[in-house]
Amino acid sequence: MNTSQVIQYIVSGVTLGSVYAIVALGFTTIYNVTGIINFAQGEFVMLGGMLTYWLLRSAQLPIALSFILAILMVTIIGLLLERFAVRPAQKASLISLIIITIGASTFLRGIGGELWGRDAVPLPPISGEKPIGFLSAFVLPQHLWIIGIMVVLMVSLHLFLSYTLLGKAVRACAGNRYAAGLVGINVHVTSAFAFAVSAAFGAIAGIIVAPITLTSYSVGTMLGLKGFAAAVLGGLTSVPGAVLGGIALGLLESLGGGFVSSDYKDAIAFLVLFLVLFLRPQGMLGQRETKS
Amino acid sequence: MKRARAWQALAWLTLATLVFTAACSTAQSSSNGPLKIGAVLAISGFNSPLGAPERDTLKLLEEQINAKGGINGRKVEMVIYDTESDETKALTLAKKLIQEDKVLAIIGPTSTGESLALVDTVEKEKVPMISCAASIKIVQPVKPYVFKTPQSDSLAVDEIYAYLKKKNLTKVAILTSTGGFGATGKDALQAAASGAGIQIVAAESFGDTDTDMTTQVAKIKGSAAQALIVWGTNPGPAIVTKNAKQVGLTIPIFQSHGIANQQFLDLAGDAANGVIFPAGKLIAPDIVPNNDPQKPVLDSFAKDFKAKYNGTAPSTFAGHAYDAMMLLKQAIEKGGADRSKIRDELEKIKSFPGTGGVFNMSPTDHNGLGPGSFLMVKVVNGKWTVLND
Amino acid sequence: MSTVTGRLNVRYLALAAFLVAIVVLPLLGTHYTSLMIVIGIHTMLAVGLCLLMGFTGQVSLGHAAFYGIGAFGSGILTTNLHLSPWLAMIVAAVITGLIAFLVALPIFRLEGHYLAMATLGFGMIVFIFLNQTHQLTGGPSGLRGIPSLSIASFEIDTDFRYYYLVWAFCLLVLLASRNIVQSRVGRALRSIHGSEAAAASLGVNVASFKVKIFVLSAVYASVAGSLYAHYTTFISPQPFGFLFSIRLVVMVVIGGLASIWGAIFGTLSVTFLTEFLQPFGDFDVIVFGLILIVVMIFMPEGLTFGIQELIAKRLRLARHGGQVA
Repeated sequence: MNTSQVIQYIVSGVTLGSVYAIVALGFTTIYNVTGIINFAQGEFVMLGGMLTYWLLRSAQLPIALSFILAILMVTIIGLLLERFAVRPAQKASLISLIIITIGASTFLRGIGGELWGRDAVPLPPISGEKPIGFLSAFVLPQHLWIIGIMVVLMVSLHLFLSYTLLGKAVRACAGNRYAAGLVGINVHVTSAFAFAVSAAFGAIAGIIVAPITLTSYSVGTMLGLKGFAAAVLGGLTSVPGAVLGGIALGLLESLGGGFVSSDYKDAIAFLVLFLVLFLRPQGMLGQRETKS
Repeated sequence: MKRARAWQALAWLTLATLVFTAACSTAQSSSNGPLKIGAVLAISGFNSPLGAPERDTLKLLEEQINAKGGINGRKVEMVIYDTESDETKALTLAKKLIQEDKVLAIIGPTSTGESLALVDTVEKEKVPMISCAASIKIVQPVKPYVFKTPQSDSLAVDEIYAYLKKKNLTKVAILTSTGGFGATGKDALQAAASGAGIQIVAAESFGDTDTDMTTQVAKIKGSAAQALIVWGTNPGPAIVTKNAKQVGLTIPIFQSHGIANQQFLDLAGDAANGVIFPAGKLIAPDIVPNNDPQKPVLDSFAKDFKAKYNGTAPSTFAGHAYDAMMLLKQAIEKGGADRSKIRDELEKIKSFPGTGGVFNMSPTDHNGLGPGSFLMVKVVNGKWTVLND
Repeated sequence: MSTVTGRLNVRYLALAAFLVAIVVLPLLGTHYTSLMIVIGIHTMLAVGLCLLMGFTGQVSLGHAAFYGIGAFGSGILTTNLHLSPWLAMIVAAVITGLIAFLVALPIFRLEGHYLAMATLGFGMIVFIFLNQTHQLTGGPSGLRGIPSLSIASFEIDTDFRYYYLVWAFCLLVLLASRNIVQSRVGRALRSIHGSEAAAASLGVNVASFKVKIFVLSAVYASVAGSLYAHYTTFISPQPFGFLFSIRLVVMVVIGGLASIWGAIFGTLSVTFLTEFLQPFGDFDVIVFGLILIVVMIFMPEGLTFGIQELIAKRLRLARHGGQVA
């Protein structure tokens, strides 16, 4: 056990955690605006990566165009999901909403498997694969892109929520949907917007992580679950919490895998989820929720 | 009122099922009709990259064999069912093959789990089964009616260890997947180590769906290992290979025969260069030397498969199904359309060149493959080359 | 049609027809016997989940975990410790019940989504555990050589015999659950689903009921798992993962969240739908996803009720000549 190993673990943890953070931001956004946990969030990540691959290989489009088009397509899918699966069920019970988003997740995953097969596929990295020395560890350029993009997304979201009209509407809905509707905020539009943002974020996460981790029709399940664990860890009601939770989870997984056992690495995320739910359900930065 | 209707619906449904079931009871097989051979393969579900090529092979062979008049003058009819990579389904479908379709033998299943699920049934029903799955547990301890065609992990391990010993790289680190293939590989690696003069100084693992193994690779980098052996099926080992390059791992990397496909090269990209692994000879028939007894079989199968399937080369999984069917063909030719005679004849097969190796079955060995089944291959400039030193 | 006697006649007729069908099926001697054994086992799981979801409104997305614990419990106890299979089944059920109890206590303090996610997390942890603890469970390669069940010297080792055993258990489970549903406890359960506050105001101990039902559904699952293990005599962690938990939810949703007998219908539908869609590969997964979405939007009480309501509405309209009653 030496410092270069530990530093490598930390580097891995932070980059992995950044991906979890972006996924977590998607969960948080939808939850805050609509009160729903979108189980299909992981599938947005999957679709981002797979659609990009498909556009690159089958439609032979240039890389930049493929990225943008894929993000747009996933955003549209997110909007469709909101319009046709979530909005009609507004009055439904919680159990119904959970099952609906699970159904959406299963559906999208199944379609992905049928369209693109089971095999894992790579995406080209944004700027090459030459490892960069950092202290005594190595990091790939793609890792830096991931961290950077995560920061940009977080800052943009924060600025948007604080300074624009739509952003304020979103925050109003997050506070109290009914009241927001009363003062003339179009709840449907903000809801659709939340889904669009989450879908786009998910797609971006899928695209920037695929060059390193490869992507396939089934990546959505685990990433979605871990992204959710990260969101809960950070506090479902808090945007910076999502990021903090993501990084924290990434570090826990990486250090746990390194120091304790790589066999149970996956279990770490779920243990964390459990502990948080039992000991401090509002997470690190979230606020205690009252029954409404 | 609601409940009554629910029960009505239920009653109708079950009655309909009964009628449907009764109507589906199939006819007997006559003694001059086609030879029915069953297969339960994972054509969909997560093992479909293995099962689909197996199905393709069986369909190809059915055509070829029938074009030449069948076996002993009778046409062959393949009855192929999709297990959806589900063990419970594999069991139900196997029973269907045995009880309804009354097949002579069963080829498959695709995976170890599915195969082990069927063992007790085929033994009880006395139906020969030739599995396309890798684990040695399928044929050890030997069961009279169970055979398998893929090479056992221990053969691959022996090849790797022999090479390592030759190069004096006796301290190794192993990085195995926690899935079935990786787990049996780990067992084989650990069991054979001391006998081969190899010392395992580090043993790490990764999940089949894990996406980042830099932690494990960094740990191995800090150990005393002189070589790394990775054991798993795509995409894990490809990710490991990329991670190794990223952290600057300089020791040579060895892989299992599980990555003997083009997909590994596609996924790992440049990082794959330098990787050494034992390969089933089917992955690159052109680099197999001409005096190899398997060469004619490899060449003709590759040619026919590509001709039928749009230029796609057959993978080693397709090869396992090929071997199973051809072994079965010989057994039927000698023993006739009788399940227990087929079983006896399978056991007697000797010096049979297949795609996986040269088969020498015996009452104590129902896999029949030995050293020489693998070719040691090194990846050079993105292509496979035979290891010559 | 709406008279009391009319309703009773239909109900008993349907039940009788169903029982006859169940008894007669294996005598037709086809592979459907094997399929129906699996359906019987799945129905026990679905009934437990139905009690939980329909009558307490709580979701469990990790129910396959209890199924797996029961199966591996029986498997390990009979192969390693050489316990008699029946004893092993009971011990496994007790262990599962205990685990369920320990999990339920903290989980039921959570609400809605958090509860669902906690069950999901629990399911994943158990699945990972089953896969990783090689010494105990055999890891992904599983456990072989599980003995079959026998009563005295009568060995239950053919499909024919196993069928009757499984369906005997299944009918017991159904009857027991029906009694629970129609008892004082059951009415309290249904009231919880309506409103916890109202239920509490009536003196119903909400927390205690939730826990009891959770444990009961876990025990059902455990017994189902034991029966599965003794049937296949080989188990690996593969059937006990997240995807199967979802499949169970689909069965309950189709059969009707608050209908125990509907659980049979749901299980039959899901199994036969999968069989029917086999030539299309993994299409069944896509269809199930759609069913979940559509059914929960338009027929939140479940598919069977929804369709019945539709038919009933049409009949009413037709009977009254187009005028709504």
